[in-house]
Amino acid sequence: MSAVSDVTRMTAAQIAGLISSGEASAVEVTTAHLDRITAVDERVHAFLHVDREGALAAAAAVDIRRGKGEELGPLAGVPIAVKDVVTTKGVPTTAASKILEGWKPPYDATIVSRLREAGMVMLGKTNMDEFAMGSSTEYSAYGPTNNPWDLGRIPGGSGGGSAASLAAYEAPLAIGTDTGGSIRQPGAVTGTVGAKPTYGGTSRYGLIAFSSSLDTPGPCARTVEDTALLHAVIAGHDPRDSTSIPQPVPDVVAAARLGATGDLTGVKLGVVKEFAGEGAEPGVMAAFHESVEALVKLGAEIVEISCPHFEYALPAYYLIAPSEASSNLARFDGVRYGVRVGDDGNRSLEEVMSLTRDSGFGPEVKRRIILGTYALSSGYYDAYYGQAQKVRTLITRDFTKAFDQVDVLISPTTPFVAFPFGSRTSDPYQMYLADLYTIPTNLYGGPAISVPCGLSEGLPVGFQIMAPTMADDRMYRVAAALESAVGTFTPPEL
Amino acid sequence: MAAISREEVAHLAHLSRLAVTEDELDMFAGQLDVILQSVARIGDVAADDIPPTSHSVPLTNVYRDDVVTPSLTQEEVLAGAPDVAESRFRVPRILSEEE
Repeated sequence: MSAVSDVTRMTAAQIAGLISSGEASAVEVTTAHLDRITAVDERVHAFLHVDREGALAAAAAVDIRRGKGEELGPLAGVPIAVKDVVTTKGVPTTAASKILEGWKPPYDATIVSRLREAGMVMLGKTNMDEFAMGSSTEYSAYGPTNNPWDLGRIPGGSGGGSAASLAAYEAPLAIGTDTGGSIRQPGAVTGTVGAKPTYGGTSRYGLIAFSSSLDTPGPCARTVEDTALLHAVIAGHDPRDSTSIPQPVPDVVAAARLGATGDLTGVKLGVVKEFAGEGAEPGVMAAFHESVEALVKLGAEIVEISCPHFEYALPAYYLIAPSEASSNLARFDGVRYGVRVGDDGNRSLEEVMSLTRDSGFGPEVKRRIILGTYALSSGYYDAYYGQAQKVRTLITRDFTKAFDQVDVLISPTTPFVAFPFGSRTSDPYQMYLADLYTIPTNLYGGPAISVPCGLSEGLPVGFQIMAPTMADDRMYRVAAALESAVGTFTPPEL
Repeated sequence: MAAISREEVAHLAHLSRLAVTEDELDMFAGQLDVILQSVARIGDVAADDIPPTSHSVPLTNVYRDDVVTPSLTQEEVLAGAPDVAESRFRVPRILSEEE
């Protein structure tokens, strides 16, 4: 049992190696992670639902297949946590909203089907801001997740549960979704790695839609190589998603392994001028600049790049995403799934619908529905939604021009380290600033990754690498090189 | 000047089918005003001749072969509904008494 005793501290690649060599069974590995969840999740609250039975059954099935000598995928038997905005057949899925309390989806999302086909073991569903709207998990209807680095601070959001499950060693891998930074910002503030793939590179089928032109599912892990291994499992064309790109996925695993050799000779990194100072905490900028120097030592060339329209990304996002959300969330009408409130036999459908939605949705979701309805109203459409779409074009042009000069763009992932609970909830706009540096990529549609690069006052700082559309491999190479130079960061014992 | 009034928020909530309370209206009106004032600077960008982008993936008319694949059963589809009658979604009344 000695090989298994600290299995929760291992990387997914190491765990997969133990299982394929027969040193540990998938059931032993899964049990170790379930035990860890039992031991610490009361304090962390990364999970909304733990599927102990389903996980052990999936693990046992992998062990049987391995026993028969079947050829299994590179992550077979490795446990994974899945964000609760992703549908899982027969397993409760709420998007952290009261309106879906108790709902068991009748189908799996495509990315979940791919995890199952790969023999991966789903431990459960992770906490998040309701419908993925937020940057702290404080908008979860089921209470926030606590950051394993400091239980009094936020774990980022919306995917704070997925990121915290990694930092708390409850899972070696997790699935997130990124609409404005919901994979990368939680990664940054928990000292873990999170990648937003190219929009269309991973299937949206089975994601509970927030902003359809921006939502992108992606991998989360504690190391760059693990992130790439998971990326390779979930990515690729899906005929069930009409915006899925019918092209081969770049070899992100090979790119991560190349980067890990620590050689970036000839690689040009563009520092986004507009994101290199104002608004960011000094400790964040210090860690960022030290990391840039480390990358220069590995042979990278630094070019300062101006992206003049990035400063309008946040306003454009907070018009586009709520507009799409106001339309997408119309499906929660208390008829086909979820709860129904106020149906006393006398009230009309419209009254019941309005009561259901008011009691089922939390404050941030309501704010965004109202904001989106406003931005789409006649009289305001051109000035707000229409103008935001034009700015989206200009931001895309900034990226295209930048990638004529450099291979990737770099910036801090988020302007500030994990903040204390309650410090940004009274003024919603202060919360939105957490995504200042992550949002441009979503509007452009390219890939980006956050990798831990240092500590500021004892809390993790994330380094963001943005790459051109369908060049996800480039960001993995640079991320792995940075990881090889600065190492990984371990939170204090829980 | 406020970018959005309490009355406008009430109207938008009605359009959004949200039965908001008076307290919620007070809170949202102030917060939405701050948010709108912050995003209003989007109007500063000179973009008259710029085409809008609705989507980052330039795919149009995505076709696939019309192949029958397994789909959900009626029972599976209705299983998550709050109210079901005679193999259908049951809804509250749609017409008022007089109609």
